[in-house]
This record gives sequence, C-alpha cells and structure tokens, in this order.
Amino acid sequence: MTGELTTTTPVARGVEAPAAAPGRPGGARSRGARRLPPSLVVGAALVGFVALVGLVSLFWTPYALDDTGTGERLAGPSAAHWGGTDRLGRDLLSQLMTGAGNALIVAAASMLVAGVLGVAVGVLAGATRRWVDVTLLSGVDLLIAFPTLLLAMLIVTVRGASLSSAIWAIGISGSAVIARVTRVNVARVLREDYVTAAHASGTGWWGTVLRHVVPNVWPTLLVQLMLLGGGAVLAEASLSYLGLGAPPPNASWGRLLQEAQSTMLVQPWGAILPGVAIVVAVLGLNLLGDGIRERTDPNLRGDR
Amino acid sequence: MTAPVLEAVDVVRTFGATRALDGVSVRVEAGRSVGIVGESGSGKSTLLRQLLALDSPTAGEVRYRGEPLARRDRGLLRRLRADVQPVFQDPRSSLDPRMRVGAVVAEPLRSLKVPGDHRERVAEVLAAVGLDPDVASRYPAQFSGGQRQRIAIARALAPRPSVLVADEPVSALDVSVRGQVVDLLQRLAAEQGLTLVLVSHDIAIVGRLCERTVVLHHGRVVEEGPTASVLADPQEAYTRRLLAAVPQLPGV
Repeated sequence: MTGELTTTTPVARGVEAPAAAPGRPGGARSRGARRLPPSLVVGAALVGFVALVGLVSLFWTPYALDDTGTGERLAGPSAAHWGGTDRLGRDLLSQLMTGAGNALIVAAASMLVAGVLGVAVGVLAGATRRWVDVTLLSGVDLLIAFPTLLLAMLIVTVRGASLSSAIWAIGISGSAVIARVTRVNVARVLREDYVTAAHASGTGWWGTVLRHVVPNVWPTLLVQLMLLGGGAVLAEASLSYLGLGAPPPNASWGRLLQEAQSTMLVQPWGAILPGVAIVVAVLGLNLLGDGIRERTDPNLRGDR
Repeated sequence: MTAPVLEAVDVVRTFGATRALDGVSVRVEAGRSVGIVGESGSGKSTLLRQLLALDSPTAGEVRYRGEPLARRDRGLLRRLRADVQPVFQDPRSSLDPRMRVGAVVAEPLRSLKVPGDHRERVAEVLAAVGLDPDVASRYPAQFSGGQRQRIAIARALAPRPSVLVADEPVSALDVSVRGQVVDLLQRLAAEQGLTLVLVSHDIAIVGRLCERTVVLHHGRVVEEGPTASVLADPQEAYTRRLLAAVPQLPGV
C-alpha cells in the first residue's frame, strides 16, 4: 500500500510541475484556474464511489443480509448474484455494500473522535505552559505505545462488540498521533517570525491562533486525518475479522474475509471481493490525503 | 529635554546560567538612528526583543517615551506597538505563507484597530517600498527574497510608526539586492522621519544608516558614540577586531 503511494507522489508532481511552471505572468491567479492534483481527483473518486455504495446500502441492497434462501451456496458471480454467495447462501454483493457503509462510518466517526481529542490535546500541549506540554505528551506516548487491539478488547469487554466500540477504540488510539502532529505543528508555527511580528504589532493570542496557527496547521492535520481514515478502515476490518466489530447480521469486510477463509480454495471470490474493497477504500483515503496536501501546500503553489 | 522614544536602563536578561544581557543601557532618541553591532551571541537580538517588549527583563527596565513598560499596562503597550515596528532577518519566515500580501501588510492595522481605510493604506505603503499595489492579492511565495523584505518593511510602515526596529534586515538576502534594501531603509528614514534601530553584524551597513553606534560584547555595551568616530577611531580592542573582520564594500 505504502509502496504504491510513494511511487504515485513523484509522478503526480512531475505532471503538475510543468503545467504550473509557465504560469500566468503577473496578475492575480484564481485558485479554481489551477489544475487539480491527479491524486486528489483519483482519491476523491475512489472514496466517493465507496461512499455512494455505502449510502445506497442504507436504503437498498439486492437481497436482505440474513437471507440464506437465495439460491446456491458458495456460488461464483452470476446474473442473480453479481458477487456470488457465501457458504450459507447469502448474497455477497449485499454484504459488500453494507460493509462499505460500515467501513466509512467507522472511518469518519473515528476521524472525528481522533480529530477533536487530538487537536484539543495537541493545542494545549503546544501552545500553553511547559508542564502542561510534558504531562500531556507523556499521556500521548503511553497511548501510542498501547496496542489498538488491546484497547479495542478492553472497550468491547466493557461495552460489547458493536460499531461504536470499534469507533471509540480506533478514534482514541488515533487521537494520540493527531495530538502529536498538532503539537509539533502548533509549536513550529509559534516559533516562526511571522508570529513574533504579529505579537510585535499587537496581535493577541486568539488573533494569532485564528490568523496564523489554524491556517498553517489545518492542511497538515487534514492530511493526517485522511491517513488515519485509511488506517481506520484497516483497523475496522481487523477488529471485525477478530469478532470485535459489528456482530452479524450486520456485515463488515473484515468478517467477510474471516468467513471466506475456510472456503477460499473452493470459492475465492468470497475473499477476493472484500479484499479489493478494503484496498480501494484505503487507497482512496490515502490518495485523497496526498492530494489535499499537494493542493494546499504553499510551497507547491505558485511560482518559485 | 524630551525623553528618548525607547530606552533600556541597566537591562539584565538571563537564560538559566547564561547572562544574555548583563546591564545594558541604550537610548533611542527620535530622529537619531542607532546601530547595535556585535558578533553572534553578543546579545543583540535579545536586546531587540526587549526594545520590542516581546520579552521582560530579568532586572532593569525598558522605557517607552519615559514610561517604564510593564506587562499589565495595556494602554502603554498598545501605543508602543503602533509606534515601534519590527523588521526581521528572514522574510521567508517573517511573512505567513498562507496569507495574501494584502492581509500581511494590513495585519498591524487590524490588530491595532487603526481607524481608516486599510486597503488604501496598504496600497500606500506598498508604493512607498516600491511595489505595485496589485501584489496585495498574491502570496509571499511568489516573490523573491528582496521583494519579500520590501513587503515586510511595508507591513512595518503600515501603522505609521516612528521607530523601525530591524534585526539584520539584509543579511538573509542575496548580496545583489542588499544594497537596494539598504537604500530603501535610508530613503524611508529620511522621507518619513523614521528612527531606525538596526541590529547588525555588518558594520558597513550601520555606517550608512545610523548616526550612533552601540557595540555589544558578551551582553555588555563595550563602546558607544557617534558612528563616524566609533568606526574611524575605535577605543576598544573588541571594536577594532570587529572592524578588522569586515570586508570593505567599495562605495560604502
């Protein structure tokens, strides 16, 4: 996955650079006139596709998720079952569609949890007193060292296996990374001369945060959150693979993989399709993050 | 006699065991630009932060027009902020890369709630530093180092200060544009009646821009006086060494 990304980035920039270099001589350039980075377009298309499928699944799926009497068991793709059926005869496409919705719900909600928690902790650590910084960072370090899986098991033990348990587990452990990134970036911006210049011209704490810190930090954070979203899709798949995610009859890509494991040699589609779905969603979120970075980084914007 | 615009009185600033400033007294009188010279680590920048009220002295005090600066005195601080503006060394770092030039230059006006049409004033100061008013809609990354420093100077001029505190304003720039920025500062000082406080390790530039020179060494003032006499007839061994280390620029 990462290998794929690192090869995508230079190519994307290589395409972007010559297009931007001739530029429009002088004058103001409008944001809309510039070409969108390819990674942004492809990422948005992949995520948009998964989101659309997930949205449709909320209202309609070809078959009910627990309908076992729809035809042959462990069948390959056919006109009646585009994705084939599983060992109980349930329609695979219906489960994949519902899985798409669940994957993105978990990704979005855990991004929200991680974002709110992480940014709050990161800003407090980066922009206030030193002892607050040290205290919060030791907490964050503990959380980073704490395995997500163990945290998930703890939460599931307390709250029972459900989508929201998965969300809290992934969100809380993701917040540690967001807190670190926020703190580093807030501290970096606060050290810049433009913040000193702002202070020397009478800009107060809030003005500094709103005018300088937030605009300089949010693109990095958004990229980080998108990467976290990709990680969340993977984490949700792992948790439900282990039975710590949403319980049946609700569908999840991770559980589809787990169920297909024993019948993979008989009917490989049951494993291939959810696998591909996971790759598409994670790749889409990662590309989206990369594209946002390319779009918002001022060092990649305008003339040099 | 009127009080100096800015005055440091026996200012001491320590960082842990280091005494960055060890009893420094400097007077900045209206219309008489002051150069502060010394090597890296001599306390120049620390002194400058004191004069800009960005940092409090460990001992001693900084006075603005005769009144000692205190953290709590909001009114006095506000008057100081409007009247004493900074220019930093590296315009790559002193201009927010995500703000348009217009917003950068207008920031002191907004923060200090200066009345009047900010756009008009932005165009005015951009013209004063030799930039087209159209640049207001662009981002700092689209300009060269020299142009960026002009933008930084325009920002400093915006609230009509009487003192410009410049920390090595040309040392991060290409040698080819240094002269232009020095010319600009000289012209602005003359035309707008600005008093410069120029921190530099480049004695040649201080020689051109400043009437008086203060030599700092290890956080102490080792020599001060009219620039001409400090440069022509240095009394202290340290100043002589500093002068000897400067390559003479032709025509300066």
